[in-house]
Formats: sequence, structure tokens, C-alpha cells
Amino acid sequence: MHETETPVVLEKETVIPNKEGLHFRPIMQFVDVASRFSANVTVHCQDRGADACSPMELLMLMATQGTKIKVVAKGADAAEALDALVALIDTGFNED
Amino acid sequence: MITKKGINASPGVAIGPALVLDAEEYRIPRRTIDPSEVPAEIRTLDAALETSRQELSELRVAAARKLGDKTAAIFTFHEEFIADKPLRAAVVEAIEKNRYTAAYSFGQEMNRRERLFRNVADSYLKERVRDLYDIEKRVLRHILGRVRERITKLTEPVVIVAHDITPSQAISLDRDHVLGFAINVGGQTSHTAIIARMLDIPAVVALNDITTDIAGGETIVIDGTHGIVVANPDDDTIERYHIRQREYRAFEEQLAELRDLPAVTTDGVRISLQANIELAAEARFALDTGAEGIGLYRTEFLFLSSDRLPSEEQQFEAFRSAVRHARGKPLIIRTMDLGAEKMTDYLDQHHDHNPALGLRSLRYCLSHLDMFKTHLRAILRAALDADVRIMFPMITTLMELRQARSTLHDVMEDLEDDEIPFARDVMVGMMVETPAAALLSNAFAKEVAFMSIGTNDLTQYTLAVDRANERVAHLFSSHNPAVLKLIRDIVLAGKRAGVDVSVCGEMAGAPMYCELLIGLGLRQLSMAPTDVPEIKKIVRSTSIKRCESIARKVMRFDADRQVLNYLRDKLREIDPESGI
Repeated sequence: MHETETPVVLEKETVIPNKEGLHFRPIMQFVDVASRFSANVTVHCQDRGADACSPMELLMLMATQGTKIKVVAKGADAAEALDALVALIDTGFNED
Repeated sequence: MITKKGINASPGVAIGPALVLDAEEYRIPRRTIDPSEVPAEIRTLDAALETSRQELSELRVAAARKLGDKTAAIFTFHEEFIADKPLRAAVVEAIEKNRYTAAYSFGQEMNRRERLFRNVADSYLKERVRDLYDIEKRVLRHILGRVRERITKLTEPVVIVAHDITPSQAISLDRDHVLGFAINVGGQTSHTAIIARMLDIPAVVALNDITTDIAGGETIVIDGTHGIVVANPDDDTIERYHIRQREYRAFEEQLAELRDLPAVTTDGVRISLQANIELAAEARFALDTGAEGIGLYRTEFLFLSSDRLPSEEQQFEAFRSAVRHARGKPLIIRTMDLGAEKMTDYLDQHHDHNPALGLRSLRYCLSHLDMFKTHLRAILRAALDADVRIMFPMITTLMELRQARSTLHDVMEDLEDDEIPFARDVMVGMMVETPAAALLSNAFAKEVAFMSIGTNDLTQYTLAVDRANERVAHLFSSHNPAVLKLIRDIVLAGKRAGVDVSVCGEMAGAPMYCELLIGLGLRQLSMAPTDVPEIKKIVRSTSIKRCESIARKVMRFDADRQVLNYLRDKLREIDPESGI
């Protein structure tokens, strides 16, 4: 890998499907998955943003059911990270 | 210059720079730090975060075992919250950029987050603010705990200004470098007050918000005799207090001369002055003030100073240490006398609606026999080859006394079976502190070796007044004729049965009541160690004849006001300098 290589920045929008929204357990799963990748992932919701590795910031997004969110990944494995995280959200965190 | 009035907790005058300690669950004042302290503050923050995380991890394991994984997940979340990197980064930035203390920076950052949560419509998320509060409290406690640890390693003399000081902190204080205390909370019987008196450090408590009135390093004056504190005094004030300081020292030296003189009335009757203590180490100090023994060793401290029930060995060690400090003098150990209001969570999850009338003290012990037996085992073992006596508090019925005694016998048998050495012939006595016990003192006197009158509770129960309730506190007076009649009856019952009677409530240490109590027939008084010299001075300047005439007169009064005025006049006759 070159040092000068521009980092890959990818983003994807989705909607929180589960009834409870982005609360404790979904957040824990989300952080778990996000921290497996080297990519720097952030989650955005309206004008608020959160580090995907920060449970507190994620909770503060207050993303309830039906909230539109945008996941942004930056780094070498950005594509994989994005896929994994969006898939997790779309399955409703295996909750409902 | 700010002058504030609090409660005089420990006499004397101290003048020096303030060391301000912040408080748990209390508004953390915005305080800036010196740039050189930044790394230390960050280390404090990190250590507090790590300790909190460990604590939560332990809680999570315990919760998973007891309540299942689902409940335990909440702790996992708290754990993750604390490990949250952006949170730490924000706090570190506030410390580095704004030079705020770790406590203030952390509190601010949490407040910011809490505000966001409070404003959401979603009720689930809104509720999460409680989790944040919980985390904030936990971490702040550790940050402040670490700051407090520093007070044991002081390098220059300071006056400690704090919301509160725990007994263990107070006891580990560096005596050479602590000049005095100014404390937001507490009363005359709070632990800080007791320990300050024991260490002979002036202290003023119940100052409400002294921690916000003064910044670290500013000069503060503590007048522990009058309960006054002056922050940032001007030169005249400092000079005035320097004079008071010298006067107080002279007064102390004068009392110290009394130490080795006997407590004997002018007509040759000896009055036994004993001391009430809370901590084992206090016994030595108490005897140094001239007390002849320990009339009341309160064991509650043991139960309050730890998060879990103290083990038999821990209790034994504490009692043994008290025995050593008592140096062969009589030591009366009162069994655990925790009121329901003081019950820590490990003792009881229920909260009585009316604690003073609830499951407290001996009642509690009799309904928690395992705990009580452990307690008694430790006492009996510590009593071996020493003059230790056991006293049961808060007795209302003969049945309770008998149950307590039979539990004691059971414990003795257990110890015998286990072949553990203990004191077989320990004397057993009781507190008389309920009107029921006082009225039946004739019957009780036949079953005990000694009785000790607890005037504080006796007054509270007789007059139905909770003196901690400021709206009725003015109705609390131990010199109320109703209370005095009960005291007289107890003394008479003791005389008839040939049983020693003493007073170990606050009345015993109040100069105003001294002659009255002697006049009522009491020959043993047990009081706070610091009160011993002054009471001895009064004993040495009065006679039994005079005391009896005072008592006769007082017993004819119907109103507490008459009693008060009369006793004040009488005290002035023998002690014109008396401040009351």
C-alpha cells in the first residue's frame, strides 16, 4: 500500500427499521462490528454525527424507528465496513 | 472577606491557607489549575475511568449471576460508555485548553450530554439520562476520591475545606499539616466533628456552601469554639484571631492541669468520669483527657465505614485494638445501635416509614441473628483477660433483654464448642433510653449488672421530638421535667437493686446539667472525651449537699423553661466564665 494513496471514502444511507431504534443492544452490536475494521466510520443523522466506535455518541443520535441515517466509512476497508454495518442495520439488529 | 456561621464542632482557632476538596453529588465549582498540574489531572481522570470500568465489570458479573444476562447488559453498556474515547478526548481537551480540574471538566461534558437526552421526545431515550447520571456519579466519585487521597500526603500546613470528609479520610490525615476543618455538612456528632476533637483540630461544620466561597490557597480563619469561619480575612481580623488563638491555648493548658487531679466534690465524694468513644484509637486520647474508663464504645462506625458487613475477624481486631488503647481501664462496648435511617444497603433494603420507631438497633439485631451472633462472638473474644462489659441498647421490653442474653449464651456455647477462648464472666448491662424501660427500670435492674441512661433517645421518645427535624427541634430539651422524672426513677431503681447507673447521653457532658445529675444520685457520667476536663472542674467546685438541693428544687418545677433558667443561674455561681 502506498503512503500517498488517497483514503477511500464511501457512504450509504438507510433507515432504522427496528421498533426500539438505536438503543443499548443495537449500539453494542454496531460498535462491535465497527471496531473490527480499520476504516474510520461515522454515522450521521440530520445535523448530528457520531463516531461508530462511541456508544455514547451513537446513543445521542437518538435514532428512533424510521429515522434516516447516513453511514460514512473512510479507509482501506471502507467498503467492507460499510457493507457489514448497513447489513446489520437493515436486518433490524436481529431484534424485532 | 466573608464571615460565615456554622456549628462549632471542635474548639480552637486555626489560621492558614485553604485546601478545597470538591464533593460527590455536589455542584463542582469551576476551578482552574496551574499548567503544571495538567498531567496529574489527566492521570487522575484516567485512573478514575479505569477504576469505574473495573467496578462496572464486577457489577456486570455479579448481575449476570443473580439476574441474568439481560440485566447485566446494562452494565456492559455503562462500561462501554466509560471506555468511550470521544468522551475522554473531550474531557482531556477541557483540562488542557481551559485548565479546568478533571472533576469539573468531566462534570461539564456529562452535563452537556445529559441536556441533549433530556430534550428528546422519545421516552426510552429520555430515560437514558438516568444512565448518564449514574455514570457521572460513579466517575466523579473516583476522581474526587483520588483528589482526597492527596490530603494524606500534605507538605505544608493547610485548613481543609470540603463538602464532607469521611471518617477514614479524617483518620488518615497528616496531623502535622492539617490546621483545621471547614465543612459544608454535618453536626456536632458527625464523624468529622468527633475526629477533629480527637485530633484536637479546630473544626466548623454545617457551613452549607463554604466550598464555593473560597478558592484553594486563600487564607481562612476557623473559630471552632464559636462556629465561625472567615474567608479572606483582612489584617485586623487575622490579628484578632491570633489573640484568640493564644487565649484558647492558655485555656487548654489550664484544663490540662486538671487531668491528673481526681474528680472529687468539695465534700469528698468521688464522681467517676468516663468517656464515650466511636473509634478504638479514641480510647487512648480519652484516657489522656482524664477519663477513668470508657463508658460507651459505639460500634456503629465499624458497620458504616465499609460497603459490606464487617467479618468476625475485622470486628475482633477493632475491639481488641480498643481494649489495648483502654490500657486495662473498664471498657463498655455497646452492641450495634444502627438506626434504620443509617442502615446501609447491605444491612437492609427496606426503609422504615418512621425510622426512629422502626426496626433499629437491638430490634434489628434480634431479627438478624447471624449478624448479631458474629458481632457478639467478636466482642466476647476481644473481652478475654480485659475489663470489657457488654451493653444492649434500645431495649423496650424485658423479653428483648432476655432474648439478647440468651443469644449471648448461645454464642458462648458455640465458642466453647469451637474451643475458642473468650471472656466467660463478662458483665452485661443495658441502655435505658426508652420511656418503657425507664418506667419499668425496677424490673430491668434485677436482670442486669449495670444501666446506662441514654438521655438523647430518652428525650426524643419521651417528648416525641425528632431533634434533627428543624421545625420541632426547639421542643427537644433534656431538662424537661418529664425526662428528669424518668431519670430520677431509673437512679432510684438502680439503688434499690444495687446496680450501677450512669448517664452516657449528651447531658453528661453539658456543664449545666452536671450538678443536677449528681444531685439526682448519679455517680458515674460518661461523656465526649473533650468534655471531661470541664466537667471535672465543676465536680471539683461543688458539693453533694449543694447538688442535692439543686435537684430537689428542680424536681418541683413543671416547665422546662424554669429548669433551664435556674440551672443557668446555678452554673454561673460556680463557673462565672461559663459561656451559656
